[in-house]
Amino acid sequence: MAADTNPGGTDPVVEITGLWTCFGQTIVHAGIDLDVRRGEVMGLVGGSGSGKTTLLRQMLALERPHRGSVKVFGVDLHGCARAELEAVRSRWGVLFQNGALFSALSVYDNIALPLRELRALDEALIHDLVLSKLQMVGIEAQHARKMPSQLSGGMIKRIGLARALALDPELLFLDEPTAGLDPDRSESFVKLIQELREELHLSVVMVTHDLDTLVALADRVAVLCEHRLLAVGPIREVTMLEHAFVRNFFRGERGLRALEVLEDMQRLMPI
Amino acid sequence: MSGAVPAAAPSLSESTDQRGRRLVQVEGCWKLQRLAPELQHIDERLGRIARGGEARWDLQGIEAIDHAGAALLRRAWLQAGSPEVLTRPEHEPLFRRIEAARASPLPSARKRLPPWLVPGVWVLHVLGHLHGFVVLVGLVAMDIARALARPWKAPWREISANLYRTGAQALAITALVGFLIGVVLSFLSSNQLKLFGADLFIVNILGVSIIRELGPVLAAILVAGRSGSSMTAQLGVMRVTQELDAMSVMGIPQMYRLVMPKVVALAIGLPLLILWTDAVALLGGMVAAQAELGLSMLFFIDTLPAVVPIANLYLGIGKGVVFGVLIALLACHYGLRIRPNTESLGAGTTSSVVTAITMVILVDAVFAVLFRDVGLGF
Ligand SMILES: Nc1ncnc2c1ncn2[C@@H]1O[C@H](COP(=O)(O)OP(=O)(O)OP(=O)(O)O)[C@@H](O)[C@H]1O
Ligand SMILES: [Mg+2]
Repeated sequence: MAADTNPGGTDPVVEITGLWTCFGQTIVHAGIDLDVRRGEVMGLVGGSGSGKTTLLRQMLALERPHRGSVKVFGVDLHGCARAELEAVRSRWGVLFQNGALFSALSVYDNIALPLRELRALDEALIHDLVLSKLQMVGIEAQHARKMPSQLSGGMIKRIGLARALALDPELLFLDEPTAGLDPDRSESFVKLIQELREELHLSVVMVTHDLDTLVALADRVAVLCEHRLLAVGPIREVTMLEHAFVRNFFRGERGLRALEVLEDMQRLMPI
Repeated sequence: MSGAVPAAAPSLSESTDQRGRRLVQVEGCWKLQRLAPELQHIDERLGRIARGGEARWDLQGIEAIDHAGAALLRRAWLQAGSPEVLTRPEHEPLFRRIEAARASPLPSARKRLPPWLVPGVWVLHVLGHLHGFVVLVGLVAMDIARALARPWKAPWREISANLYRTGAQALAITALVGFLIGVVLSFLSSNQLKLFGADLFIVNILGVSIIRELGPVLAAILVAGRSGSSMTAQLGVMRVTQELDAMSVMGIPQMYRLVMPKVVALAIGLPLLILWTDAVALLGGMVAAQAELGLSMLFFIDTLPAVVPIANLYLGIGKGVVFGVLIALLACHYGLRIRPNTESLGAGTTSSVVTAITMVILVDAVFAVLFRDVGLGF
């Protein structure tokens, strides 16, 4: 169902080739190749400690891989000029695993910060934009003056998402976006991302353990296991793979339940 | 339409349609990244068009748009007085979103206090600090009593770690500063004394001033800046990262494990540091005296006990204990009051150091008055 919202564009927004990562003696990634196409939602799954966050940080130019290259929007992140990197950075939005809100700024100022940094918008416009972002993630305006320490964990996640969306990015990186949200909120998160894909032609790279979200959103899934990508492909193909991790992850009891929903949906509207 | 920033520039054009009405045509890419460089110019044009009065707005030529572009355009046509607007169907949800957001009001920013209340708030603030400090002193005193009652259960490990960090690791910096001050003081005094032919009094001057005043105050100020700030920051970061909460729920008493060891460590460490600083500063003084007056070091060491009563040393060390306790208590007091955000962390650390240094100098003055009859009898 998600495939029809991808209007043809298949040139990669993220291109990882031959990536190796080592921390001291421990190898985390051993030769990873991954393309994220324009307009698609790529789900990144893997066991805890398999290096998903690390891979995400390398796609964000926060960490340098041992070997290999990471290109985003066709720009080699680890070998380009500063100005180029700045340009790329203004085109993506990032939601960190723990929100990473600025603790000294209110909710409103957290979201307004990237807008103000542009030094082009006036306060009235910023006000409209901040409120629309807040509304998108389902935060009432009455919370806008609160400080991050006065928020619940799920609210921090949603405000982090609102901040990631502040500049209307073309590419969104999400680290565990639905962890800490109640099922209802997870549902509206899925809906929001689907709507944004239509409105803004968003591409998304999403690390998640939440099978329901994965099934509902991801066009393709990349499975990170034993330092490599075990498989990259539509979730149905990936689940058919004969591998212990895949079996446990997708075809455990929880996985089967989520996949059942997928089967049902496909019966109703075949792709 | 691909998501890349398209080349088509945002454009606005005015014309008149067949029925003689104004028509505003909007075309190109209205995404924030594309708009930002020329936003001021575009905004001015939009304003001018809007002030021109009612018109039909045709937004069907827009290739790509995001929330910022939609908000900008929407503001302009509203300013012109709700005219007719034509949009592409796929852009409609964007405009609806902006519209919905405007409907929900933002709570007003916190009100500023009326000026006549400011002194009152300030007094309450100071009283709050005093109250907190007194409570802290009481708690630490009780913890020390508890540790003395059952010394085998006292947090010796923490005390020794703090002693190492605040004492042993400060040896180099106190030595450097002490030595230089000793040299400078000795050099300047020797010059003056030479004028009066009172060369020998250099021993008295250096001995009394360094042992009684300079050594203790120098070491205390260095320790306040070095260890006081780190103690405050440590407690503050533990608050920000919820480590203090984690300790609480595990039933680990914060005061007993975090505050009391710091106080005890500085109460032991600072007097020792003062002894060290005294020694190095006197060494610096001796070196300069030998160079300037030709006074031999042996003579200096020989004369020192005769002309500087030992009470001065006791006084200096006694001050050290008081300063140490004071610095640690103030550091912990400010550390525990830090709110879980980075700004409060910065402000708390600054206050801690500034207050500690001020208090050290203040208490030193009190000592000078109280003990004016001690150790100065010639
Ligand atoms: N800065 C670092 N120094 C040393 N090792 C690191 C560092 N960062 C990550 N690692 C190691 O790399 C591995 C991958 O970590 P990463 O945070 O990417 O895991 P993850 O897949 O995101 O796990 P989770 O699902 O639990 O968040 C872990 O074994 C971790 O210990
Ligand atoms: Mg992670």
